[in-house]
Amino acid sequence: MSKSERELIVRKIENGTVIDHIPAGYALHVLKILGISGKEGMRIAIVMNVESKKLGKKDIVKVENIELSEETVNRIALIAPTATINIIRNYKVVMKRKVRIPEVIEGLITCINPRCITNQPREPVTPRFRVISKNPLKIVCEYCETIMEHSEIIRQLIGE
Amino acid sequence: MKEMFAGRDVIRILDFDREELEELFNETDEMLRYKKGKIDILKGKVMALAFFEPSTRTRLSFQTAMLRLGGSVIGFSEVRTTSIAKGETLADTIRMLDSYSDVIVIRHSVEGAARFAAEIAEVPVINAGDGTRHHPTQAMIDLYTIRRNFESIDGLTVGVLGDLKYGRAATSFIYGVSKYRLKKLFLISPPLLKARREVIERLKAQGVNYEETEDLEGIISELDVLYVTRIQKERFPDPTEYEKVKGSYRITASLLKDAKKELIILHPLPRVDEIANEVDRTRHAKYFEQASYGVPLRMALLKLILAGE
Repeated sequence: MSKSERELIVRKIENGTVIDHIPAGYALHVLKILGISGKEGMRIAIVMNVESKKLGKKDIVKVENIELSEETVNRIALIAPTATINIIRNYKVVMKRKVRIPEVIEGLITCINPRCITNQPREPVTPRFRVISKNPLKIVCEYCETIMEHSEIIRQLIGE
Repeated sequence: MKEMFAGRDVIRILDFDREELEELFNETDEMLRYKKGKIDILKGKVMALAFFEPSTRTRLSFQTAMLRLGGSVIGFSEVRTTSIAKGETLADTIRMLDSYSDVIVIRHSVEGAARFAAEIAEVPVINAGDGTRHHPTQAMIDLYTIRRNFESIDGLTVGVLGDLKYGRAATSFIYGVSKYRLKKLFLISPPLLKARREVIERLKAQGVNYEETEDLEGIISELDVLYVTRIQKERFPDPTEYEKVKGSYRITASLLKDAKKELIILHPLPRVDEIANEVDRTRHAKYFEQASYGVPLRMALLKLILAGE
């Protein structure tokens, strides 16, 4: 076998976004956040459980011809806090950034406590959480102080 | 250093440090003189009571406190006769009261309601209980009672008994008392009603020496303070389970035979049968004294918030 046959072949993309350093096993969650089912037609590469110096194992997602909105980046941060986002134009990385978990999360998730003020119909209130731990991700509702785990955050963000 | 209280919201006991509580307690000492009198320092000020949940003690003591300070009181104590019954939001009700009054006191069954009200109102908001979460002024009264009975709260061994999961008075008391360097804090409850996770995580983070136990009899001799709360029947899926628990947590004279001479028993009241009447006559019973501080402490709080220094 030649060297190229032994390696996973993922071609460089001309224009688009590469999301690297996704915790191993979370690539499909990230795709879900991007709203990509595969039927949209753009070329997509998903690489899972490959070696990583930083993470041991990691996933990578490459999608052609899209760039991500700030809100999407924030959602990815909550699913894959270690991810880096590379924007590719004309085969070159024109921007590389780490996702960042904010100190306060507003609006993206709802509180799991049904008796929380943020779950009362018609009250003009946006759910707001403070991040109390980044690894593993843990947040606390600023109104009722219920603590929520990463698994619950993922469940809400990908709708499963 | 002053002005610590002026214009401030009172949402959680957690938001006040020991220095601030000390200022409040000193002011309460002063106010004891006017317990049955009048001092016109809040003349012309209006307090709005927004009680979305039933209350007698808390509501009447806030009302009495304001009247003794020379202020006036408006508000409602049930939602049936208000526009809330017509479907008005909490936000709109608070906006209205905000425009009428100088301070709003709110009790609501929804958790986080007081914080939300405080975000909307420009005037200070005092939380008189939000669901199972916080009851800061009760905790202030509780701490004040301990302070009146002991030289210092530091170094004491304190037990909190009853419904630690849903009880807001118990939760606020735990938060309040763990601001002090306790010798030990016992959390005594049936497994079903253990303190909530966020409470335990906070105790751990603060390095409080605490222990969760079901066995009151086994630790009663260690306690300086026993804070008793009611266990509500409706919290139990199985009524026979409730009967068992109820019996084991009933405070009687015979249970107290092993207690320290200095032990004080507190209860936010109302009690049902968790403390036997015979205990009222013992030196340990301080719950009526505790209740008597409700008005002067709330007078002190209202004065500090509304009159500044």
